[in-house]
Amino acid sequence: MNAGMNSHKNHGNDARLRVEALDVSIGNVRVVNDLNLEFGPGQSWGVLGPNGVGKTTLLLTMAGVRPANRGRIWLDQQLLTALPRKSIAQRLGMLTQNTRFAFDARCIEIALSGRHPHLSAWARETETDRSLARAALKQVDLAAMQDRSCFALSGGEQRRLALAIVLAQNPDVMLLDEPTNHLDPAHQVDILNQLWTRIQTSDKTQIIALHDINLATCYCTHVLMLFGDGQWQAGPTETLLNAAQLSRLFGCRIRAVRDDNQTVFAIAGKE
Amino acid sequence: MNTILSGRDSWVLISLLLLTLLSLIIALSVGSTGFNWPTDEAGRRIVLELRLPRAIAALVTGGLLALAGALMQVLLRNPLADPYVLGVSGGASAFVLAGMLLGIAWLPTGVFAFIGALVSMAIVFLLGRGPGPWSSLRVLLTGVVIAAGWGAMITLMLALGPDRSLRGMLYWLMGDLSYARLSSWWLLVLAAFTALLALRGRSLNILAAGETQAQLLGETTQRRYLELYLTASLLTALAVSIAGTIGFVGLIVPHLLRLIIGADHRILLPASALFGGTFLLLADTLARTVLSPRQLPVGVLTAIIGVVLFLLLLYRSGKTAR
Repeated sequence: MNAGMNSHKNHGNDARLRVEALDVSIGNVRVVNDLNLEFGPGQSWGVLGPNGVGKTTLLLTMAGVRPANRGRIWLDQQLLTALPRKSIAQRLGMLTQNTRFAFDARCIEIALSGRHPHLSAWARETETDRSLARAALKQVDLAAMQDRSCFALSGGEQRRLALAIVLAQNPDVMLLDEPTNHLDPAHQVDILNQLWTRIQTSDKTQIIALHDINLATCYCTHVLMLFGDGQWQAGPTETLLNAAQLSRLFGCRIRAVRDDNQTVFAIAGKE
Repeated sequence: MNTILSGRDSWVLISLLLLTLLSLIIALSVGSTGFNWPTDEAGRRIVLELRLPRAIAALVTGGLLALAGALMQVLLRNPLADPYVLGVSGGASAFVLAGMLLGIAWLPTGVFAFIGALVSMAIVFLLGRGPGPWSSLRVLLTGVVIAAGWGAMITLMLALGPDRSLRGMLYWLMGDLSYARLSSWWLLVLAAFTALLALRGRSLNILAAGETQAQLLGETTQRRYLELYLTASLLTALAVSIAGTIGFVGLIVPHLLRLIIGADHRILLPASALFGGTFLLLADTLARTVLSPRQLPVGVLTAIIGVVLFLLLLYRSGKTAR
């Protein structure tokens, strides 16, 4: 649908997020070796790879929440490790894979927590913050639930509420760890459409760990494939996503099925 | 215009403040001779020199415990955490008993309690933190084990101690306000703690969401956890040194208030301080009048009320959870 339009935007210094000679591993798993990438404005990156290859670990590292083994990460040309957390959170947000709410609170209050990094330590939220939080709830289709308790939500609704926090935070760089988990197809498409519009209209950057290859073809301008053992490959979706690559990536036979509108990748099963 | 408190929050605090004043009037006018407001000089002296300082001690201790409880609950991400779960009371008690046993009379018991509480919390923090990221579970387990260790030492000292000091030891262990006297200035100390913490309430809300989420929303979590732990420890140590080990106030008060006014710490903390004080003041008034002229240790009453309330809440939350 929308693949590979902005591939020429990431020259030199306008990269929002840049990783340089990055080595990341967790336990005995090498996630990436010597990763060099620039994530520019208007780009939507998909991180693809089999289970346990370290997609979450890589995202957490790029968010500065866990240390890299080697290499450097730059946010707006500033070294991530040298920035205070608050300054990072004003520009970089992340939807984690699991969000558990320990205390009871109304949905609107939870969404408002996304405004935290933008407020000074002693200040209260302004009406602007409230309207941004309400808008975020509306984007994830929870507007009607804003006064409900977060404990009274279903799994999919909790997932959307967690996304509303990041949307209210409205960072330039948004990292999303499987945002479509627990969501029904309609909400998956709805939310990815919203995220896509956000990228296109305000030149933001997003990096999404995804399981669904077909959603990646629709909503990612670029992909980063993690093969395990630290091997990776990155580039525009159109050139990189093909049946051969995907079969190699996931270790099973995947077939491209075409019609007039789009190409769909299907698991071909045993030979 | 941004105000510190929203309209609803101000009403909550005003009603709680009125409740505190009402309970203070009750506490001051109820004595071993029944309900009476003093008319003569002797009666006035009883109220001002005996009942008022004790009432202030109850208000301050209850407020400190409830604040410490609310902070511990954020720290351990568990609405059922309590300052004493982490072995604080155990350490305080062990030090006080050791002081009594060794016959060190020149230091007041409060000092022993304070030192004991801080020592215990230092041990729990250093051992429980360990290498790697903050783990509330590891801290909690360390606290529980350390508490059990103190318990054994306390039993040992009770067994070895001379019979004549046994009663004093037991009353102290149960939490007792009979000899607690505080000047009204302590209310200002409590108010200052509460105001400082409530002003950082938004940070606490974020920390309650868990370490990774809090970092992603801009909190320097390791430093915040350390600050939180130290503050909660200090508050608990102060409370223990005033009145011995009074259980369940730190557990029940924030938990109950969360059900009624929600989990926003900007309002939860001042509400906890007020209601914790009120709760302990009323319990102490009951403790010194219900079997008058005998006085009960107030810790027994808060524990009885606490256990019943706690089980009710647990049962209720089990029913409403889906």
